[in-house]
Amino acid sequence: MILFLRRTFPLILTFLFGVAGALQYYIPHPVSEAALTEVSVWLRIILGFAMILGIASLCHVHYAKIRTRVAGWGYSLVVYLSMMITVVVGVWSRGQEEGTGFGWIYTYALLALQGTMFAMLGFFVASAAFRAFRARSKEAAVLLVAAILMMFGRVPLGEYLIPMAGPVAGWLLSVVNTAARRGILIGISLGGIAMSVKIIFGIERSYLGGRD
Amino acid sequence: MAASVLIGAWVAAGLTLCMFSFLYKDNPFFRFGEHLYVGISMGYTIVRIYYDVMVKSLYTPVIQEGNMWLLVAAFLGLLVLTRFIPKVSWLSRISFAVIVGFGSGVAIPRIISSNILQQVQGTLKPILGNAGQSLFGMAQFNALLILIGVVTVLIYFFFSIEHKGPIQVAARIGIYFLMINFGAGFGYTVMARMSLLIGRFDDLILFGSRDYGYASVVLLGMIAFGLFMWERRSSVSPGPDQDPRNADSNARNEYPPQ
Repeated sequence: MILFLRRTFPLILTFLFGVAGALQYYIPHPVSEAALTEVSVWLRIILGFAMILGIASLCHVHYAKIRTRVAGWGYSLVVYLSMMITVVVGVWSRGQEEGTGFGWIYTYALLALQGTMFAMLGFFVASAAFRAFRARSKEAAVLLVAAILMMFGRVPLGEYLIPMAGPVAGWLLSVVNTAARRGILIGISLGGIAMSVKIIFGIERSYLGGRD
Repeated sequence: MAASVLIGAWVAAGLTLCMFSFLYKDNPFFRFGEHLYVGISMGYTIVRIYYDVMVKSLYTPVIQEGNMWLLVAAFLGLLVLTRFIPKVSWLSRISFAVIVGFGSGVAIPRIISSNILQQVQGTLKPILGNAGQSLFGMAQFNALLILIGVVTVLIYFFFSIEHKGPIQVAARIGIYFLMINFGAGFGYTVMARMSLLIGRFDDLILFGSRDYGYASVVLLGMIAFGLFMWERRSSVSPGPDQDPRNADSNARNEYPPQ
């Protein structure tokens, strides 16, 4: 019985929910639409609990660092303190951001940190490109030229330096880029459908994890 | 100016400079900012989950509207948390089965419709042109180029036949289309990052003005002095609270590797 619950029951559930989800698309009835909306809310709730799992796991990692006083444990304390302060202020503000302390943390701390973190990637991407974008082959040269045209074509200074950069970048984006993107999208979609069918029919089971 | 805005400007400028200090090398200011980011993000996520999911999507509909079906979702959510108890962790499979099964089922017809049929339609339809339009215009040329691109890219990804002869030629053309796509994607990403960078510098310049008490300038001086002292201290002794990543980062900073 336990083995049935552990292994077979999840596979039956996957099959039933998978077939129901696929059929729903072909049943344009209010009940079917309502069911889709309802189950979508279910998924949001379950994913909310799954987020708790992830947060708890991260907390555990930092707690272990503090407990064992490993090098740099003070930074783990920063994680804990900043998290607790944000939660307390967020609950105090009832989750509202407009004109509250929670909104203040979001605007002046989280946005500043997030923006800078992603902005810095610009430096590293440029540095990596300098090393990687050597036109060693025809393909690499094409990639390099497309990237340069795109960078120049998207800013006024670039268009001023290379007047053709703007229209060429626009053409590359709307024609050549679209062609390749469509090809990739169709390929990924065919792969996605194959994987979904394998999951629904229990051929692909790795998402269940575990040994049995 | 409100005190909260002034304090906010100092905090934002300080944190921005702490993060930018990584451009010099991995240092305690950056690590402080990095961990603060993780902590605040986690706290923010917890609050958002509590109010947007637990209260808005679960508590209010169940208690005020009497939608008891959502208790099933809550039960499945609780089963996810059994991952913490090794003996019954297998129960979480039930929740994952529902999520993955429904997600897969819902995806199939929608992917076929929007990612395959509509894309094929969008590729073929413009070639035929509209009534009254020339069959040999620029639009038709672009449409033909898109068709060639889509077909050759698909041929490149089709491994069931050996890439020899005309198939090899088509696959090579597909590679060029892919390279342009990657180059365009790269250029676009760089420009997006640059736009963020300009935004951060814009804020730093604003916060460096007299209205904000020269926050950026003062904090830049303080961080530069802090980095100087940290360098001096670490050159004398490594210190007990040295992050082990330092050793790696110092090694990485030496380029080419010794």
